[in-house]
Amino acid sequence: MSLNKELTATQAVAQIRDGMTIGVGGWGPRRKPMALVRELLRTDVKDLTVVAYGGPEVGMLCAAGKVRKLVYGFVTMDAIPLEPHFRKARESGAIEILELDEGMFEWGLRAAGMRMSFLPTRCGLGTDVLARNPELKTVASPYADGEVYIAMPALKLDVALLHVNEADRLGNTLIKARDPLFDDLFARAADRCFVSTEKLVDRFRLSADEARFNLFERSLVHGVVHAPCGAHPTYNGPDYGWDMEHLKRYNASGAEEGGWQKYVEEFVAVTESEYLAKNGGAERIAKLKTPVF
Amino acid sequence: MTATLAELMIVAASECWRGDGEVLASGIGIVPRLGASLAKLTHAPELLMTDSETMLVSEPIPLGPRGDYVPRYEGYLSFNRVFECVWGGKRHAMIGPTQVDRFGQSNLSVVGGTYQKPKSAILGVRGLPGNQINHANSFFIPNHGPRVFVAGEVDMVSGPGYNPARFAPGMRMDFIDLRRIVTDLCVMDFGGPEHAVRVRSLHPGVTFEQVQAATGFPLLQAPNLGETPLPTDEQLSIIRGLDPHGLRASTVKNDPPARRAS
Repeated sequence: MSLNKELTATQAVAQIRDGMTIGVGGWGPRRKPMALVRELLRTDVKDLTVVAYGGPEVGMLCAAGKVRKLVYGFVTMDAIPLEPHFRKARESGAIEILELDEGMFEWGLRAAGMRMSFLPTRCGLGTDVLARNPELKTVASPYADGEVYIAMPALKLDVALLHVNEADRLGNTLIKARDPLFDDLFARAADRCFVSTEKLVDRFRLSADEARFNLFERSLVHGVVHAPCGAHPTYNGPDYGWDMEHLKRYNASGAEEGGWQKYVEEFVAVTESEYLAKNGGAERIAKLKTPVF
Repeated sequence: MTATLAELMIVAASECWRGDGEVLASGIGIVPRLGASLAKLTHAPELLMTDSETMLVSEPIPLGPRGDYVPRYEGYLSFNRVFECVWGGKRHAMIGPTQVDRFGQSNLSVVGGTYQKPKSAILGVRGLPGNQINHANSFFIPNHGPRVFVAGEVDMVSGPGYNPARFAPGMRMDFIDLRRIVTDLCVMDFGGPEHAVRVRSLHPGVTFEQVQAATGFPLLQAPNLGETPLPTDEQLSIIRGLDPHGLRASTVKNDPPARRAS
C-alpha cells in the first residue's frame, strides 16, 4: 500500500496515453474533475475514448481534438441545454459514438466493476440505440421465460477521473454532495482512478457520520490531486455552485470564429492558479450560489 | 380569474397523473412540473415527488427563487434510486421530446442529415429508452406542428413506442405505457385501434381540422371528443402559488388567454 498517493495534476494526467479509454465522473454540469480535464487539455494526448454522463468537459475534449470515440447518454450543461462544442463534433461526424440510455450506461460501468462481460437490460429495446449500434447484442434468458434482453457490454475504463470534496493521502475520499451520482461505479470500472479533491489531509480522522460520505474504497484510488475549486465551472455542492458567467463565456466560444482558441488562450494555456485568478479566485468561487432547481 | 393557455395546459398535464397511485411523478420542464405539482396538491396526494434534485418532498416545491420557503423533505431519491424506480416501473414521467411519431416513439438525440452526420445534435437519448420501455410516460409539446409530430418515424428513435416492427420475438413491449400528449392545441392519447393516436379534447377555439393539419400523421377523434376544461379558480390560485415568478408564461409564445378567438 502506498502511504502517500498524492500526485500533481501533471503527474496524474501523464499516465494517460494515446488511445486510452477515459471515464469522467460527475453528471452534466455537476462535480466534473475540471482541473484534471484542463491538465489533459494541456497535453498532446489524442485518440481517446471518453466515457461520461457528459457536461462541458466533453465539449472541451472534443474541441481540442482529443476524442476519437464518445460513449455517452447526453451532453448538456442543464441551464444551457445544448453543449456547443459537443454539437459541432457530433454534427461534423468527427467522432465515433456509442450513444446509450443513461441506465444502460450505469449497467455498463457496473458490469466492468464486477468483471462481467455484460449485464442484461430492457433499456434500449425497440430504439435506434440498438438499431444503430452494431456493437450492441441481445441475449435470451436461459430460463423458461426465454425473454430477450440487450446484453449491455462492460464499459471497462483504463483511467477514471473524479472530483471529491475531501481526501487523504491514502486515497480515502468523501463525497459530500447530496447526490453521489455514479462516481463509485467509475472508480470500480477503471484500472486506474485519479481523484482531485477540494481538501487534502494526511490521514482522515472521521466521525462515524462523516465516514458515511466515503463511497468507494481507497484501494480503488491510484492518485490524489489537491485541486481546490477543481470542479469549476461546474457545480460542486456543498462547496460551491456552478459559475454561470463562465459557462456562458464558454458557450459563446462555440459561436465565435476562433472562439475555442481564444478560450484556450485565456483559460487553458495558463497555470491552474492563473485560471482561478481569472475567475475571481477561490474567494469568489466559494460564493457561487448552488443552483435552485 | 382569466386563465392563460399555459395554465390550461398545466391543468391538462395534471390530469395525466390521475389514478396512478404511489408512483414517482416526474414532470420535466415548467408545465409538466407544475402539472405534477397541481396533481399532488389536488386529486393525487399519494404521488411521490422530488425537489427536482435529490430529496423526496411531501409538498411540491415552488419554481424559481424560493425566498424563505422551507422544503418539506420526506425522503431521499438520488439519480441512482430514480433508475431503480424506472426499472421497477414505479414512475410516470412527462417530458418534452423534440419529435414524436404515430407510434409514440420519441426523439431527443439528433434531427436531420444522417445518424453519423446529423444536421442538428440535441442532447442525446438521455433516459428515454429506459423510461419508455419500463413505465408510464406522457409528453408535453408546446409547439404542436408537423416538425414535432412527424410523418413516418422520428429521426432517431430514443424512446420506444407501439411499433412491433422494432421488436424481435422474445422482446417484451408490454411494459410500454404511453398515456397522453398535452400540446398547445389539444390533448391526445394512444387509445385508438393498435394504439393509434386520438384527439381526446380540443383547447377552446381549436378545431380538429386545425390539429390534423399541424400533425404529420393521421389522427382519430375520441368518441367523447370535447373541449379541454378551463382551469377552476381553485386550480389557478394553486398554480399561481407554485409559480410565483410566472415562469409558466415563457412556455408558449405570448401565452394567450386559454379561450382564444376562433
